[in-house]
Amino acid sequence: MGLTMLGLKKSPWVYHVNVGACNNCDIEILELLTPRYDVERFGMVLVGSPRHADALLVTGICTRQAESRLVEVYEQTAKPCVVFCIGSCAMTGGIFRHAYHFSRPVEDVIREADPGAIIAHVPGCPPKPEAMILGAVKALATL
Amino acid sequence: MVWHMIRVFLGASVATMVLGMVSSWVDRKVTARVQYRVGPPLLQPLYDVLKLMGKETLVPARAQRRGFLLAPVVGLSAAALAATVLWAANLWPRQEFVGDLIVVIYLLTIPAVATIYGASASGSPHAAIGASREMKLLLSYELPLILSALVPILKVARSPDFGATFSLGSLVAFQQEAGWALWSASGAIAFVAALLAVQAKLTLVPFDMPEAETELMGGVYVEYSGPPLAMIKLGRMFMLAVLPVYLATLFLGGLGAATWQGGLALAGKYVAILVLIVLIRNTNPRVRIDQAVRFFWFLVAPLAAAAVVLAAMGY
Repeated sequence: MGLTMLGLKKSPWVYHVNVGACNNCDIEILELLTPRYDVERFGMVLVGSPRHADALLVTGICTRQAESRLVEVYEQTAKPCVVFCIGSCAMTGGIFRHAYHFSRPVEDVIREADPGAIIAHVPGCPPKPEAMILGAVKALATL
Repeated sequence: MVWHMIRVFLGASVATMVLGMVSSWVDRKVTARVQYRVGPPLLQPLYDVLKLMGKETLVPARAQRRGFLLAPVVGLSAAALAATVLWAANLWPRQEFVGDLIVVIYLLTIPAVATIYGASASGSPHAAIGASREMKLLLSYELPLILSALVPILKVARSPDFGATFSLGSLVAFQQEAGWALWSASGAIAFVAALLAVQAKLTLVPFDMPEAETELMGGVYVEYSGPPLAMIKLGRMFMLAVLPVYLATLFLGGLGAATWQGGLALAGKYVAILVLIVLIRNTNPRVRIDQAVRFFWFLVAPLAAAAVVLAAMGY
């Protein structure tokens, strides 16, 4: 398991899942992947399929329609994987907490699907790319 | 005899794996520098493969399981075998067997066919589109590749010592005496055609539409995960290590003499071809599949055919 964990820490491939965001966090994630912050030096690559991913960057409040799709995407991600709840909407529902379309925080949805899931939170509205890098570094250090 | 072959195979595979990982790193680092970034550390391709080996293998419910899982293995082994034949022809050019150039060309088409088979076996519509693009690409770049391989063969055939032969060893020995095939009109044109065909064979930009991450969610490889994906990535690294050696053997004289000067010269040729491939990759956008097919059929193939005609006339 040591070699696998080493590989996971040195080469986390990310997949971006938007389950109902206002796009602000998505824009910040896109900025994270631009040459200015250069996350490829940490081995992070944006992949096109959840099956290739090690880290799911989940943004947005989990709407009622998106809940089952989020669970399906999580199950399609090869374990071991880390789920990052980016932004206050993904963490707690943010300013849309009392809206009619909000179901549950992302953490509850994923924990119900997989009790042993590794979930990290990156607060902010939206979180700066530096905050996302800090969150990723902290999460990978605990593995 | 069998032990010797097994040793050559293992040695060539390990050397190609190391060379492929370093070349993949060079590709990513140069791309990063061109984009004013820093880029990944040297061992990054190794970390990628190690990480993928430790993940779980997910097979979609609609996939044909055996073909889906076997395709990456077949592609990887074909690349390793092609590397073995190329390195054996370069290290021992006089111990040839007639027709090993044909064997190498056939072996080098197998990874693309294995990709198509694996993508079709995965049962995903994204992979199906990627597979159809890979098929069309295969049909378009194979003709210029084979035509350009005819040019050094024609040169060898016209020389009195060797006569008509399809063996790589004769090509290497002939170029040692008569100079590189590149230093002639037909050789230069054929080299350009072969380089473009190799760019398509590696499915690198501008010809990476089968695995278009932004368009097709990973295209041909969308359903792969874990160790099969590791083998696919390894197979691509192998191809990145084998194809410049193939070009160097055909047009740049390969490993001239099995001395350290020859080895240094081969390293220089390999690096030059790799830099060309990476620069083409970094300065071009991705083209559509119909543009690529038209490019290969109506521009590169006639160019390669003209090179063959020139070689037959002696230029």
